[in-house]
Amino acid sequence: MNTALSWIKAYVPELECSDQEYCDAMTLTGTKVENYERLDKNLEKIVVGRIEKIEKHPDADKLIVCQVNIGNQVIQIVTGAPNVKEGDKVPVVLDGGKVAGGHDGGPLPENGIAIKAGKLRGVESNGMMCSIEELGSDRNMYPDAPEMGIYIFPDHVQVGADAVEVLGLRDTVFEYEITSNRVDCYSVLGIAREAAATFRKPFVPPVVKVKENGENINDYVSVEVQDTDLCTRYCARVCTNIKIAPSPEWMQRRLAASGIRPINNLVDITNYVMEEYGQPMHAFDLDTVAGHKIIVRRAKDGDEFQTLDEQIRKLDKDILMICDAEKEIGIAGIMGGENSKITDDVKTVLFEAATFNGANIRKSAKRLGLRTDASGKFEKGLDPHNAEAAINRACQLIQELGCGDVVSGMVDVCQPMKEEARIKFEPDRINDLLGTEVSVNDMLDIFKMLDIRYEEDAGELIAPTYRQDLGCCADIAEEVARFYGYDKISTTLPNGEATAGKLSYKLRIEQKARDIVEYYGFSQGMCYSFESPKVFDKLLIPEDSPLRNAIVIANPLGEDFSIMRTISLNGMLTSLATNYNRRNKDVRLYELGNIYLPHQFPLTELPEERMQLTLGMYGEGDFYTMKGVIEEFFDCVGMKKKTSYDPKAEKSFLHPGRMANIIYDGEVVGYLGEVHPIVCSNYDISARVYIAVLDMPLITKNATFDRKYEGIAKYPAVTRDISMVVPKNIMAGQIEAMIEQRGGKLLESYQLFDIYEGEQIKEGYKSMAYSIVFRAKDRTLEENDVTSAMKKILNGLESIGIELRQ
Amino acid sequence: MKERLEQIKAEALKKIQDSDALDKLNEIRVNYLGKKGELTAVLKGMKDVAEKDRPKVGQMVNETRQEIESVLEEAKARMERAVLESRMKNETIDVTLPAKKKNMGHRHPNTIALEEVERIFIGMGYEVVEGPEVETDYYNFEALNIPADHPAKDEQDTFYINGDFLLRTQTSGTQVHEMEKGKLPIRMIAPGRVFRSDEVDATHSPSFHQVEGLVIDKHITFADLKGTLTEFARELFGEETKVKFRPHHFNFTEPSAEMDVSCFKCGGKGCRFCKGSGWIEILGCGMVHPNVLTMSGIDPEKYSGFAFGVGLERIALLKYEIDDMRLLYENDIRFLKQF
Repeated sequence: MNTALSWIKAYVPELECSDQEYCDAMTLTGTKVENYERLDKNLEKIVVGRIEKIEKHPDADKLIVCQVNIGNQVIQIVTGAPNVKEGDKVPVVLDGGKVAGGHDGGPLPENGIAIKAGKLRGVESNGMMCSIEELGSDRNMYPDAPEMGIYIFPDHVQVGADAVEVLGLRDTVFEYEITSNRVDCYSVLGIAREAAATFRKPFVPPVVKVKENGENINDYVSVEVQDTDLCTRYCARVCTNIKIAPSPEWMQRRLAASGIRPINNLVDITNYVMEEYGQPMHAFDLDTVAGHKIIVRRAKDGDEFQTLDEQIRKLDKDILMICDAEKEIGIAGIMGGENSKITDDVKTVLFEAATFNGANIRKSAKRLGLRTDASGKFEKGLDPHNAEAAINRACQLIQELGCGDVVSGMVDVCQPMKEEARIKFEPDRINDLLGTEVSVNDMLDIFKMLDIRYEEDAGELIAPTYRQDLGCCADIAEEVARFYGYDKISTTLPNGEATAGKLSYKLRIEQKARDIVEYYGFSQGMCYSFESPKVFDKLLIPEDSPLRNAIVIANPLGEDFSIMRTISLNGMLTSLATNYNRRNKDVRLYELGNIYLPHQFPLTELPEERMQLTLGMYGEGDFYTMKGVIEEFFDCVGMKKKTSYDPKAEKSFLHPGRMANIIYDGEVVGYLGEVHPIVCSNYDISARVYIAVLDMPLITKNATFDRKYEGIAKYPAVTRDISMVVPKNIMAGQIEAMIEQRGGKLLESYQLFDIYEGEQIKEGYKSMAYSIVFRAKDRTLEENDVTSAMKKILNGLESIGIELRQ
Repeated sequence: MKERLEQIKAEALKKIQDSDALDKLNEIRVNYLGKKGELTAVLKGMKDVAEKDRPKVGQMVNETRQEIESVLEEAKARMERAVLESRMKNETIDVTLPAKKKNMGHRHPNTIALEEVERIFIGMGYEVVEGPEVETDYYNFEALNIPADHPAKDEQDTFYINGDFLLRTQTSGTQVHEMEKGKLPIRMIAPGRVFRSDEVDATHSPSFHQVEGLVIDKHITFADLKGTLTEFARELFGEETKVKFRPHHFNFTEPSAEMDVSCFKCGGKGCRFCKGSGWIEILGCGMVHPNVLTMSGIDPEKYSGFAFGVGLERIALLKYEIDDMRLLYENDIRFLKQF
């Protein structure tokens, strides 16, 4: 909401402060100033001058030489403006002065444009006559300004006067951020009331007295509200003998500063009252209202209606309409109809000031795609009391500004209004909540400024109806805090029972996971939780896969963000692709993020959110690099049991010969592998990509931070190396399983130290060599201990077709 | 005899002095002190010495031996030192050659900011908890005193799955989950992902992160809220940081406030970073609304509390001077490596 400070001061006449003081003080009491701008910024040494004489420039056809009276002297100015004539009063910037902008009306330079005396084509020019654009404004706000050319003042303006002042530009426009609970502050009066309380100055609202013409309103119009759930109050008044003319300058200036274009007296008055009271008004040409009857009712599904912007709107049964005896004439609270539009020939005007159901207006405006200034106010839920005050104010202005006569009386169709909120006054409780010691008297002073009445007998506070946000003690505490000063409340720390600060166990494991994978060179990425349903095809996921049962967002930002992911790979591959495409080398990324697994469709309970640790890389490193990271991670989170790898992972998106499920203690806790070449090409990556995914709930289940010291071996170990020729289809895992199974109690560890396929090895075989370590905890091993253990192992290996090399 | 010993000694010392290598020293040792050395020869000649003079001569021989030995040792140490010096001199390396690095990975700036926030609050006795990202309407809105027709519930801002389920628009629902556990007092923060229907641009993302905070206990005051968050701001942005609490409105807190911190770029003088105001908006906060307490089964007559919500991306963008939010979700390694 934008408002000129001069308008606020009209209701707080004693308010005196600098712009910055006003900004700071209002912000600290809750009416946040977003911004403010002086209208006279960069306007220096500009006076009203009268053109006494115009002569042709001797050397330039398009220039003229003017003698301009600026009050105390006559100066010569050369101009190219086509619209001036002798006797015109114009804004003149003197030598050494400044204007805000160029005559083209382009963006205003930060420091304005300095004007200096000089010669134009050899003729001395001691200043410049200004257009409205050069004064930093435009024709929207000054409709009387000419389209191209110098601004010309009305004749009554005094020569030599401060032109900026005369134009109403010695003012500052403040932009406020009003919170949604303070509907009353979407009005000049509301802000002025806050300003008065903030600066502890008297608040002087306009005195509304309507001079009526003695005719009876009921002879002019009747009102029937059929859908009372959507229209809480409908006030109607009638004005006759309407004479359309420009509104007075002061009104135009205030509207312009609020960003509203002045049009004519009637339109300006309705806009002025909307700004002043926060109550939108509508004016109908009563002669176009059939039967002189207003009916407020819902539209029918499929109806069409032409709004006054000449657009055809499709209606439905939840849109409230203003109708006459025959037809619809306006969409309630949103926009009037073309068929009852005010024209310059209007004779009799019907004013409407009504209050509607805010939520209904908001939804209707959204469905219609038509959000107007009026709907923006109605949707906040307006105070019905205010409607009457506003319509009377409008009638007063019509009469006072000579725009027409006011018919006596008002038609008022009103539902029972909410009673004023009564709140128990509990000063101790307020101080307890705030941590303050504000005296009762100070509190009562604050309430008085805010129109909150105190009934001592009942011990109750009564909130004014426009303060719909006040309902309980905490609300009252906020009022006290605002005007006592948030900045004056002390800073303390809670002193109750001590509590232990900690991460949840799940978060600790996740933190550990980050530490470890980062140690291995993986950087953390973040991906969206929603993605495109096309992802499944990109990942070659079969049509009947349960992974395709994803939660669908009803109102997504587009198909690409429409389903909640059931698998974490797309984000990783997309990120790797981004890096690959940008020619980043050797990229390793990880992500910790949820997948969302619904239990059933339609959703009747929350889906399962499973945290996935997803690793992805291309460039340096291979399958075994990835495997190493997984195993180190397991080790670091205390997962010391057997980890095995099952190549039958059956992941459609992985290379069929290079994938494995990760099995910990007999349970699949994740998978790893090389990404299927077709999937890589779907993501435009022409490198080998390796990924691993760990299901964190299962990791968390198996992880532990408990550690037990097992002692360091006292007795020496015995190592035996074996070298084998192994059929190609036998995997290391099988050999290791055999070693473990047959090694007995003395087996301590084993390690593959050589693997070779090629020339010296016969077709279909590979050479492998293991180093096997034996140790006893309680004695030094003897030769035959080791020999017998080895014999068992070797027999076992031979039984699966492995040849031992001597 | 004595002269003989003196002569041997002088000869030996001279040779030691003249020698320039360790093996020469060794030769000297053998020649003079070894089994077939000169001194040994002298000892062998003892049988010719008168019985009574023998101890004295023996002593003289030993003294000579010790003297030669000690000079030898000294020379040896000196020479070894020289050898070492010369070896090290040859081993001089170019310390400006490239380092051998492990190329550790980097945490996401959001996570770094979050860990900062967690560290501060854990230090103050807060537990870090989490809540679901897919939520019910009740926890995201209703239980937070946001009635059915509130504009915040408008489809425009909220991603809905159906009438009852939605993607949470704020982490505030975790307040309710925590209160419903029925364990008091509460001091918790709840970081997490939230979703709003905003198109992606330099300052918006349909998915971002918040950290919710909640304290419930007897006699918790607005002054406690101010004190706690002031402490937080100073820890996060530096001791010099000034804070400002402005009245604001949130449905689930009353009184409510927004906290600004003095611009850490210009110290409050006003710059492009803080849009000339000297202040930067950081978080929203307030005293938990009595309706919220009541709905979650806590008696507002006995307990009070405060809550706050911080935008994690906002902290990360400000603290690390990142000028485009889209960078946070692109995962370009050249961006991530800077953290």
